[in-house]
Amino acid sequence: MNELLRVDDLHVRYGPVTAVDGVSLEITPGEVLALVGESGCGKSSTARAIVGMDKPAEGTVLFRGSDVPKLDLRTRRPDFTAMQMVFQDPNSSLNPRKRVGDQIADGIRAAKARGLKSNSPQEWLEAVGLDADMVGRYPHQFSGGQRQRIAIARALAAKPDLIVADEPISALDASSQASVAAMMRQLCLDAGAGMLFISHDLSVVRLMADRLMVMYRGKVVESGSTSLIWNDPVHPYTRALLSAIPHPDGKGVLPEAPAAEAPDEWASHIDEALNRVPVSKEAASE
Amino acid sequence: MSAVLSITDLSIEFGPKGSGRTVVDSVSLDLTAGRIQGLAGESGSGKTVTAMAVLGLLPDSAKVTGSIRLGDTELLGMPTRQLRSIRGMRVAMVFQDPSASLHPQITVGSQLTDHVRHHLKLKRREAKERAVELLARVRVPNPEEALSRYPHQFSGGQRQRIAIAMALACDPEVLLADEPTTALDVTVQAGILHLLRDLVAERDLAVLLVTHDLGVMSAVADDMAVMRHGRIVETGTREKLFRDPEHPYTRELLEAMPDAQESEVL
Amino acid sequence: MSSNTNIGRSADAKLQRKARRRLPAAWRSPLAIIGVVIAGIWLILAVFAPWIAPYGPLAQELPRLMPPSELAWFGTDALGRDVLSRLIHGARVTIPFAGMLVLCAMVLGTLIGAIGGYVGGWVDEVLGRLTDLFMAFPTVILAMVIAASLGPSLFNAVLAGIIVTWPVYARVTRSLVVSLRSQNFVVASRMLGYSSWRSLRTDILPNILGPVLVLASLEIGTAILLLTGLSFLGLGAQPPTAEWGAMISGAMQNIDAWWLGVFPGLAILTVVMACNFIGDSLRDVLDPLSSAERQGAGAAAPAVTTDAAADPGAEPDFAQGRQEPNQ
Repeated sequence: MNELLRVDDLHVRYGPVTAVDGVSLEITPGEVLALVGESGCGKSSTARAIVGMDKPAEGTVLFRGSDVPKLDLRTRRPDFTAMQMVFQDPNSSLNPRKRVGDQIADGIRAAKARGLKSNSPQEWLEAVGLDADMVGRYPHQFSGGQRQRIAIARALAAKPDLIVADEPISALDASSQASVAAMMRQLCLDAGAGMLFISHDLSVVRLMADRLMVMYRGKVVESGSTSLIWNDPVHPYTRALLSAIPHPDGKGVLPEAPAAEAPDEWASHIDEALNRVPVSKEAASE
Repeated sequence: MSAVLSITDLSIEFGPKGSGRTVVDSVSLDLTAGRIQGLAGESGSGKTVTAMAVLGLLPDSAKVTGSIRLGDTELLGMPTRQLRSIRGMRVAMVFQDPSASLHPQITVGSQLTDHVRHHLKLKRREAKERAVELLARVRVPNPEEALSRYPHQFSGGQRQRIAIAMALACDPEVLLADEPTTALDVTVQAGILHLLRDLVAERDLAVLLVTHDLGVMSAVADDMAVMRHGRIVETGTREKLFRDPEHPYTRELLEAMPDAQESEVL
Repeated sequence: MSSNTNIGRSADAKLQRKARRRLPAAWRSPLAIIGVVIAGIWLILAVFAPWIAPYGPLAQELPRLMPPSELAWFGTDALGRDVLSRLIHGARVTIPFAGMLVLCAMVLGTLIGAIGGYVGGWVDEVLGRLTDLFMAFPTVILAMVIAASLGPSLFNAVLAGIIVTWPVYARVTRSLVVSLRSQNFVVASRMLGYSSWRSLRTDILPNILGPVLVLASLEIGTAILLLTGLSFLGLGAQPPTAEWGAMISGAMQNIDAWWLGVFPGLAILTVVMACNFIGDSLRDVLDPLSSAERQGAGAAAPAVTTDAAADPGAEPDFAQGRQEPNQ
């Protein structure tokens, strides 16, 4: 049993609304799994249920074989601090009245509580591409992109085995999105951790995810090897999603627009689109 | 090919005199009928403020200098009353958040008909016909029925279409679109981009498209300007800027796009 | 990436300059200066009363009911006590007791509001109802009833004041806490293994302290009015204590001796005004919606006036601030 995270038939409901409708996935150490889809597809709800912010209506979420407890008034057990989250909005991710060094130190403390060594706040700042002497500053003295880097440093300082990142780059400027995503992947792999990376932006995700899961209306419609899906989408929704991405090539080509908003075929279930694996090893390394 | 709207040497400063912050610094841009002028840049580069200045939508604390000419009319320093007759009539704006131009508690029909009746002095029946025609034009399904619905009953993409219909209601010469697709899903964005392109061709609109998304820029813009720290660092046709960028910042922006990095991370 | 860092640095420098400018600008307002000066004078008078006051507060050394003169600037009362000396000594009674009232009410109310807002569920429900119950009565009348039933004394008046004013803090605190606790940084520190109590102390309290302190500074004026009012009605400070409200009450028996009522009245007026001026300026300084703050805290610190709005029946979880099921 190698997997870090195993999610089985997860359902999340908010009142009468079913946000996640039977999602299953697993993540192994050193693997980046991306969950992509458009607004309202249930990808963020999946993330919230995985870390315990929301309670699954049905199904199980196992982290290293044990049920993830709901994040309520009880203190989180140290073994579950090995699962950390990076949020979308860098502005609310950091305590505005606390020096960033102290916030990273919170992560280090969580690592120590599990008997692990972690670097100093200064070293973590450098790891995410900021100056070590910024530890004494407050969050408002940083730009949004820098704040997100600090939030990433805090999560990594806890020496997590699994990072759940919920749209961590979509609030950033376009020019820093790809580099922050690449940095997250690198730091994650260096630490031997797994990552669940949630995004609506396939063009960024395909650069850093080993596997992709495309969600539509609470269900996974296509999943498997990133390069397979990117180069040869099977499901009509994945196809529409990919062909709607405008490419900055300067050719003036309009992206393909679907005939209507949300055609019925997007919700169809296609077995071949799920768990796609490359036929041979060569294809995998492409 | 004369400019419909000419921005010349526009500078905008916020804050108290002397210690003010210059957010737009000597910007010059020409909008031509039937063409989309893209204005690219990252957050805080001054691109939105530039668009707002055209309609005189900046707070009083902003010090605006330079010239913004619409045909033969100078818009800078024009009394608010006069400016109001130009807003919506000759220059219209579409925002990132369509809710900004739609009242949540009034039906789409009343908003559209009031708007055209007010500006075009149409009779009630004519106004309604015009509203249906506009909604059909922006491809809102069942336009007749849509008139009696409220903005929140539409999806985000449909709301943006309605906002565009509202902007086009009085046949403006110039459309300012500030990140019109940024809040939308890509599949919805594609539809709006098609619509924008079609409308420009059909109505000979001059469009200023403000966006940070170079993909969007590449898809619809004819000409491009890249802004940074309030200055335009490079202008040119779309083909030129994408293929042969001269300014290092333009190059940096292009290289940061995921498309430029062909799977090198993996 | 290097460009990103550079942009950040210049923004950083700008923010620092702004922060330096921000505080003095609010304090430069004339009302703030007047408030600080008046409050400062009263504090000095209170601290050094025995050395500043020409006579003792209880000394009956002068002719009775003497109008203001060189001998006694503010005149004397029916027992021949110097009104000015009693006023100055009165500051030693009213100001510290009002301060104590505000401090206790603030601590109690903040605690109740914070616990209700953070824990949620039935605890919040019960505490919320309790708060509403106390707020349902007119403050002064409730304070009168409580003070009367406890027995007339200054201490009991303060107690009554605490009982009637804590709900204000509880309400404000609760709504601030409810909006804060679903903020990502609170969730993040809980995921790092912070206990609820620790996260309340280090994540929540520092971020609501500003608005609560502003509220408290505005409430000092109210507290002084309440205490002097109760004393005026005979429910607070008892004769012969030199207390402003009690002094005005005593003046009622000699309505012709205008100086008996006017000077204590002016004392109350100036102190209450000064407190309100200071509170208003503090609010401007700490305004949670001022631009730098908005960048730093986001929705982390809503305005003081935000009323308790969130659903009190919700589960004790951290998902409450969620706007939509998805994203």
